[in-house]
Parts: sequence; C-alpha cells; structure tokens
Amino acid sequence: MVHDPFKQASSARTLSAPPSANDYMKDIVFRAFAYFCASAIILLVVYIVFEIGSEALPAIKTHGLGFITGTTWDANKGEFGVLPEIWGTLYSALIALVIGGVFGVGIAIFLTQSFVHAKLELVFRTTIELLAAIPSVVYGLWGIYVLIPLLRPGALWLHETFDWVPLFSTELSGPGLAPAALVLAIMILPTVAAISVDAFKRIPYRVKEAAYGMGATKWEVILKVMLPTASSGILAGLVLGFGRALGETMALAMLIGNVNNISFSLFSPANTLASLLASTFPEAGDIEVQALMYAALVLLVITFIVNVAGLAIQQYTMRKFEGKK
Amino acid sequence: MTSLSDTGEFIAKKYEPKGPVVLDCQVNNIYYGDFRAVRDSHIPIEKNKVTGFIGPSGCGKSTVLRSMNRMNDLIDSFRFDGSIQYHSNDIYGKKIDPVVVRRYIGMVFQLPNPFSMSIYDNVAFGLRLNGYKGDEEEMVVKALKRAAIWDDVKDKLKNSGLSLSGGQQQRLCIARAIATEPDVLLMDEPCSALDPIATRQVEELMVELKEHYSVALVTHNMQQATRVADVTAFLGVDISKGGRTGYLVEMDDTHKIFEDPQQKLTQQYIRGEFS
Repeated sequence: MVHDPFKQASSARTLSAPPSANDYMKDIVFRAFAYFCASAIILLVVYIVFEIGSEALPAIKTHGLGFITGTTWDANKGEFGVLPEIWGTLYSALIALVIGGVFGVGIAIFLTQSFVHAKLELVFRTTIELLAAIPSVVYGLWGIYVLIPLLRPGALWLHETFDWVPLFSTELSGPGLAPAALVLAIMILPTVAAISVDAFKRIPYRVKEAAYGMGATKWEVILKVMLPTASSGILAGLVLGFGRALGETMALAMLIGNVNNISFSLFSPANTLASLLASTFPEAGDIEVQALMYAALVLLVITFIVNVAGLAIQQYTMRKFEGKK
Repeated sequence: MTSLSDTGEFIAKKYEPKGPVVLDCQVNNIYYGDFRAVRDSHIPIEKNKVTGFIGPSGCGKSTVLRSMNRMNDLIDSFRFDGSIQYHSNDIYGKKIDPVVVRRYIGMVFQLPNPFSMSIYDNVAFGLRLNGYKGDEEEMVVKALKRAAIWDDVKDKLKNSGLSLSGGQQQRLCIARAIATEPDVLLMDEPCSALDPIATRQVEELMVELKEHYSVALVTHNMQQATRVADVTAFLGVDISKGGRTGYLVEMDDTHKIFEDPQQKLTQQYIRGEFS
C-alpha cells in the first residue's frame, strides 16, 4: 500500500490520489532498464579495450613505447613501429577536417541563413545526407578510377612549380595522401554539415532579429553573431567528423598507398593505422597479430584523446559564449 | 486605398504635432501575405518626445513600430503601403537600404536577446559595426550606466551576456541599443520581462533619452504610458467582416487621451473594459 497521510486529512471531496503501486512499479522497471542500457555500453567498451589489450600484451612487453616511435613494420625481422601510421592517420584526418569543415560549415550557412527557398533547401540537404549513405568501398573505387587521374595533372603542375613548398615536394604517382584526404573530406562533409545545420537552426529567431536590428548587414549578422552562437554545435560536428576520419578504413586502404612514410608532401603515399590493420590482418602470423592489436590500441587511444579534447573545447566555447557553467 | 477586404471606414482625426517631427509615419496598409494587419493610420513621431502606442492585443502597434526601422522586411510576406518620412527621405524609398535605416533608428525588443558574447562585446557590437573611432570603453561604460545595469555587471564585463538574469539581459539589450546613440529609439514593450524596480529605471531612462533623441514606445501597461509618454496613440482592432485589422483610433497628448478621450472606444479601453 502506498503511504498517503493526506487523503483523510484533506477535504473529503478532493479527487487527488497518490500514484498506485503499479505506477511505482513502472517507474522502477523503467529506471532499471535505463541503467542496464547505459551500463551495458560502458561494459562493452571496457570489454573491447580489455580484450584488445590482453591480445596486445605480448607485443606491448616486447616493443614497449618503441612501438610508437619506430618507423619500420617488418614481420620477417620482427620489427614493428607505427610512427608513420600515427602520422598518416592524424595528417590525413586533419587535412580532411580542414576541407570538410570549411565546406560543411559553408553549406550549413548557405542552407540556414535564407539564401535559398525552403524547398530547394530540402533538395540540398537530402543530397548531402545521401553522401553519408554511399559505402566506403565505393568511395575507394571512385577515388582510384576518377579522383586520382583527375588530380594528377594539377598535382604535377603544383609539384613542378612549387616544389620548394613541403606540401608539394613529391610527385603524385598514384595513390597518396591527397586523394585519400579528399575522399575523407567528402565522407565527413555530411556529418559536419548536418550537425552545423542543426546548430544554426537552434539559434532563436530573436537573436537574428537583434543582429539585424543593430543595422548589421547579412554578412555581419552571419559572421559576428550567428557563427559564434552556433560555435559549440559546430565544434561537436567537427569532433564527430574528425573521429570518423581517424577511423575510416576501406577507402583509405584503397587510396593512401600503404607505404610507411613520414612526409609533409600531399602527393606522397602514406599509411594510416586503420588501413594498416585492414591490409595486414589477412596474412599476419601470431606475432604480427599481437603487434596489430597494439596498433589498434594506439588508434583507440588517439580517438579517445581527440574526443575528450573536442569535448573540452566545446565546454570552453559554451562557457565563453553562452555563459553556461 | 480600399482594395481587398476593407474592414472598416473609420479614419482617426489627424493629430497635429506641436513640435518638429522626426518620423512622419503614414500607413495606408500593412499586409502579411493576404492578411491586412494595419490600415489608414497617420502617426507622426515627434522629436525629443516619447510617443506611446497603446491598444488591445493584435491591434498592430508592434507591427507599426517595427515598420519604422524596416524590421518587418525580414518577413518575406510583409508589404508596406504608405510612407515614413525621416529627414525628408522615405525610409521605404527604392534607394534606401534597410541596413542604413536600422543604424539610425535603433530598436529594443520585447524579449531580451543578447548575443552569445561577453557583456562588453554585446554593448560594443554597435560601436564596432558603425566603425566608431573614439574611446570604445568609455562609450560602453556610459551606455551600461544609462541603462541602469552598470552596478550589476561592472565586475564581470567579460562574462557572457547570457549568464545574466532576464531583467539584466533586457537592460543589457537597452545598453546595446543606446551605445551608438541612435537618432530614434523604438521600444517594443521593453519592460514586459522586468520587475517593478528595473521597470522604473528603464522608464527614467526613456525620459532622460528624449532630451537628445526621440523614443517610440509600445506598451501594454497604461500606467507606463501615462508616466513616460508625452503623446499617445491608441490603436484599435477592427474585427468586422472576419478580419483583424488594426487602425489608429485616436492620437493626442497623453493627458488628453487619458483624461478626455474623444472616441468612445478609447474611453472604454482606458477604463479597462477590454484589453
């Protein structure tokens, strides 16, 4: 029986009644279910990390931190180092983030700041979201057969004209960082654009009104008011996009060249952690698999750090611009 | 002009301004799409005076006010038929850019709408926009003081404007609007989110502002109109024939409107028989 000392005491005619035992039951069941779902996710993450960690343990013992600073991956000599892969992962993801970020935010501004009619906006949005539905392997194929031949003349010209610039210091001989990063940029574009669009749409109309009311031009309204207001949401999109770029595997394995090479050049082949894993696993022996597990762990840690850092920056902008604690 | 669905014949007696007029607002019709929001209202805003707009909900007083700095241009279906003379130019003239109009005719909105930036930057926003070359900090402090919010924020100018309470936010918005010292200030129920003390401070500010500028004030609070407005325009709503079209019923000196209204509708509204 539910404890209710008020029923008798209050006026006899009141219709107020306490929640029934059944109502309380539903409350408890739902709460338990929510706790279960939330803890299941945490358990799963812990389990994955633990499993990969224990598989990688022999390799961690053998190679130690030298694994992270080593530059050769040679299964025959038992030498394993992933510095070029770490470099390639971060470098390609960063280029993709810059290109995808600029275009993604640009598209979001174009779609939300009344540049286009609502119907046309829907067409644009759907098309961009369609980009997210294209499988990674299709991007890889498109990259090999369309993008690389397309890039080659331009890359050659850049290399010949500006070969003193580190970015263009080598020739594009086929697969390489530039096509890989460009495809990555296209792949993260929908994420960045969609989340930025939402961030802009969340801004109350009265903020826009205030900005126009001050006598700001459209450009000033967007740059000085709308962008800072949407910045925490846009950052969330950028972090998600960057995370996706870090972990993207198939298209990169097809396009980046899989060469252990640390170079600033956009046209030199390189390698990424995810691509290393995908292309090496099928033929790896026991020792090499342990090293690959170690590499997977490194990738996990990088992704984790990026996400935490992203969250911290987001919190900072929220405090700075929105006054949220 | 009697096109579309004319909902009434009444046209208010022309108000004869006693001093110079800064905004001579002649509304023939204001439409939102097919909806006729306001008709036939001549409302001159006099220089160095506070002109109050009162009237029941939906009478178009905000619409008229927002037409005076072309804020309504943000709404696609908005159409203004008439003229608003400002320093012998029609602000709805073909060659006039609404952006320029809004730099001279500032606005304070009903709901506080500070930008997501620091308190200081909020107030400096207009100064930077207008390319102000003088001492920015001095102007910001001056505006904050005049808007009666300086004491609340002087130690936290770097905090976000959104970290303030609702009433403080509104006074911040007032500071932002007056920092550039606009020629005319339009205030759309600026005190509806304020407590009585802040309301009194803002009212004092309006009275102070009119020494140098001109103020147009929409208010739902008749006491406020009697306290600060020199001239009051009463707008009514015509709901005959199913429409809801606002129109000017009577405009005169505030004491005349409240003590000796000429129109029956004004009398009823003043007595609180409808709102």
